[in-house]
Amino acid sequence: MSMTPTDTKIPVTIDGQSIEVEEGTTILEAAQRLNIPIPTLCHHPALEAYGACRLCTVEITYNGRSRLVTACNYPIRAASLTEIEVQTASEKVLKGRKMLAELLLARCPNATAVQEIAASMGVTETRFESGSEDELCYLCGLCVRTCEELIGQSAISFVGRGVDREVGTPFLKFSDACIACGACAFVCPTGAIKLEDITDKEPRPLLSEFDMGIAKRGNIYIPFPQAVPKIPVIDREHCLHATLGRCGACEYFCEADAIEYDQKDELIDLDVDSVIVATGYDLIDPHTKPEYGYGVYPEVMTGIEFERLSSASGPTMGKILVNGKEPKDVVFIKCVGSRDPHTGVPYCSRFCCMYTAKHAHLVRDKIPDANITIFYMDVRAFGKGYEEFYDRVKHERVVYRRGEPSEIYRRNGRVVVLAEDTLLGKPIEIEADLVVLATAVVPRADAAETAALMGLEMSPDGFFQEQHPKFRPVDTPVDDVFMAGCCQGPKDIPDTVAQAKAAASSALITLARREREISDG
Amino acid sequence: MKTKTMTEELELFGCIQCGKCTGGCPVSRKTVLNIRSMIYNMLVEPELDVNAHEELWDCTSCFTCVERCPKDVQPAELIINLRGQLVESGRIPETIGTALMGVFRQGNPSGVAREDRTAWINGTEIKAAQAGCELLYFVCCTASYDQRVQPVARALVRAFQAAGLDFGTLGTEESCCGSGVRRMGEVGLFEMLAEENGELIRSTGAGRVVTTSPHCFNTFKKEYGLDEIDILHYTQLVAELIDQGKLELTNEVNKKVTYHDPCFLGKQNQVFDEPRSIIQAIPGVELVEMDRNRERSLCCEGGGGRMWAEGTNLEERLAFQRVHEAADTGAEILAVACPFCLLTLEDAVKVEGLDEADQDGRTLKVLDIMELVDMALGDE
Repeated sequence: MSMTPTDTKIPVTIDGQSIEVEEGTTILEAAQRLNIPIPTLCHHPALEAYGACRLCTVEITYNGRSRLVTACNYPIRAASLTEIEVQTASEKVLKGRKMLAELLLARCPNATAVQEIAASMGVTETRFESGSEDELCYLCGLCVRTCEELIGQSAISFVGRGVDREVGTPFLKFSDACIACGACAFVCPTGAIKLEDITDKEPRPLLSEFDMGIAKRGNIYIPFPQAVPKIPVIDREHCLHATLGRCGACEYFCEADAIEYDQKDELIDLDVDSVIVATGYDLIDPHTKPEYGYGVYPEVMTGIEFERLSSASGPTMGKILVNGKEPKDVVFIKCVGSRDPHTGVPYCSRFCCMYTAKHAHLVRDKIPDANITIFYMDVRAFGKGYEEFYDRVKHERVVYRRGEPSEIYRRNGRVVVLAEDTLLGKPIEIEADLVVLATAVVPRADAAETAALMGLEMSPDGFFQEQHPKFRPVDTPVDDVFMAGCCQGPKDIPDTVAQAKAAASSALITLARREREISDG
Repeated sequence: MKTKTMTEELELFGCIQCGKCTGGCPVSRKTVLNIRSMIYNMLVEPELDVNAHEELWDCTSCFTCVERCPKDVQPAELIINLRGQLVESGRIPETIGTALMGVFRQGNPSGVAREDRTAWINGTEIKAAQAGCELLYFVCCTASYDQRVQPVARALVRAFQAAGLDFGTLGTEESCCGSGVRRMGEVGLFEMLAEENGELIRSTGAGRVVTTSPHCFNTFKKEYGLDEIDILHYTQLVAELIDQGKLELTNEVNKKVTYHDPCFLGKQNQVFDEPRSIIQAIPGVELVEMDRNRERSLCCEGGGGRMWAEGTNLEERLAFQRVHEAADTGAEILAVACPFCLLTLEDAVKVEGLDEADQDGRTLKVLDIMELVDMALGDE
């Protein structure tokens, strides 16, 4: 946040490059526009300049005099007789910065952010006596300023004087004012601020929907890497600007000035000749099978969670880690909820057999010495090339054992999968580091609403009913409304694409007929 | 009944041999009982020789197989039917025969005189339900006759009195509920008991029946056809009384307590929260959970008539394993809500020496939830 620049343009030269900036622009901002790097440990674009770390020291010359100033809070003004000349890397500047880096390093010898910036100046050791090994705070005040300026709570401030100065709450007691938003901890460069020191309120981390809750996300985020359009959205339910009118930090970072807080969702009326319903599916809540201990044991996850865990674009960059470690014994359980009238899912979910085989293949690829067991009731590898893939996975030392596991519990720190190997005819226990549940495909929770809205029928399983199972597979009771994909029933990608093309071509018939009517008419 | 007809009547053809029944069966791990394979035999062999399957008596009727079967095949009901064949031909273990005879003659499996059924009361005035009451307290044979369980019934009475309930019992006219009788295959005797007890219960005009035992509770609810009457296990009623402020637990019980879910209350009737809410309402108590809890609770092996029969593997008792699981939580008290769990687990604690102080000076004691409530209610 600059010191309210005016429209008057002032010329300035930085490291020999000239630029005209609005009066009041700081040297740091001007340098950033020229892509000239100036180190800093206390500057934040959304906060008032503070000048705490002083690493942004530069040498300025005007009216024939030169001196050292901090670039972050030095505004360029028109008052001088000659144009201001800035040197960001003069001998004097570098010498001064090295001294500052040594002093910071002496205060916080183990703070990574300090070590890194010092190292970039060639400073790895300090001549001064180091303070506490545990000290991570170098009093940049980013947390204090964020809490005051952006969040408006002033739950923390500097307390004590001189060498006793530190960041804390009033009387160092849990703060009532704190709203546990966590902005202070987020903005702290060294991890010195811990929310649990400030408040006993429980922070509620926002979990990424796309990463199935195994990673966190911010209040402003791009939903997923392939999102169309690939632009960020603001979570209005949690964004502090949307809910309390505070913060607004993202606006200061967006170079394209694209942030518009008062943008509204728009309902658009479209006049169309045909509609294709392709609303997809949900997965059954694995808690409906309490015997598997989902939600109790972190080692037990669903297939789609494993999908994110093993994805190269996922939160672990594709490294399969459970409790921070690479699993050695991996168990897959198929038909979790599927083919199970007892839980209200009488049908086969149709694609779990193949994705489980793929998951086993991924585990083998990433963890060559893993012991991989797949528990199955029947293996349904019915598509083109599917049986061959099943064969291939088996040759990759994946053991298929027939029997639906009945329970998971913990013994000696590991989870144990209990099943009957029905081919051996005896109960077995397998200790595992990771258990992946292939959970049943179920109709979307809002399927009935969609059906009512569109005039669709639902089959007893809760999916949308096609007009004829063989001859009108994408047709609905409403003319010119077609459907495709898992909203009609579980299906794999090739079947979904085939159905989508059928729906599209059915829609084209409608459109062609209409075109004809128009030209005839 | 021929096994062939049984296959059709129990709809065994729906079985897909997934093995979830045997996989979850607590006794399959220690005996040769394999209900999945038995169903397969029923499907493919013309006749099943029940005499060759001594392990049929090992089943505890915990119904884990029934709860988990994806196809609703009800494997445990097959066992009950096959036992029925053995009962019909008189080929049953002696101890079970004695228990059934006791029920037939005196209305209780111990065969103790019917007149002594109310001895547990210790002189307290309790209304005869036959004279009419709002709440009928069905005591259960075990709580009536077994000295270890009698205090549970007395604690319940004290709690009902403290809450000012209009309740009564059937006195010496109460007979065994027949839950264990049916599960041991003696369906005829069960039907007789159900008719007698059912009529008696209806005659009291009580709108609610509360039981000490989850076994009576389960059979009243599912096998008696008492649909017009509200059947409650005591944990449900006591939790309700505490919730409504009618029962005030004032005395501190400074103990670490873990709770064992009885199969007939938890797995079979999904009563998981009420027992826990009672325990947590007791001042000073810290409730800790065993790893296997709620739907994954391990059967104590004392229910479903197994109180009367040892089964084929005496060495590895599930109760032994269970009490160690309880001790591993660091709890000093293993709370239960079922007379059979109380007796079975208490025996196991003694056999395994967990009632003697360990190196940290800790002991494990088995108590019914009502005994804890009684401590918290204090002397009134």
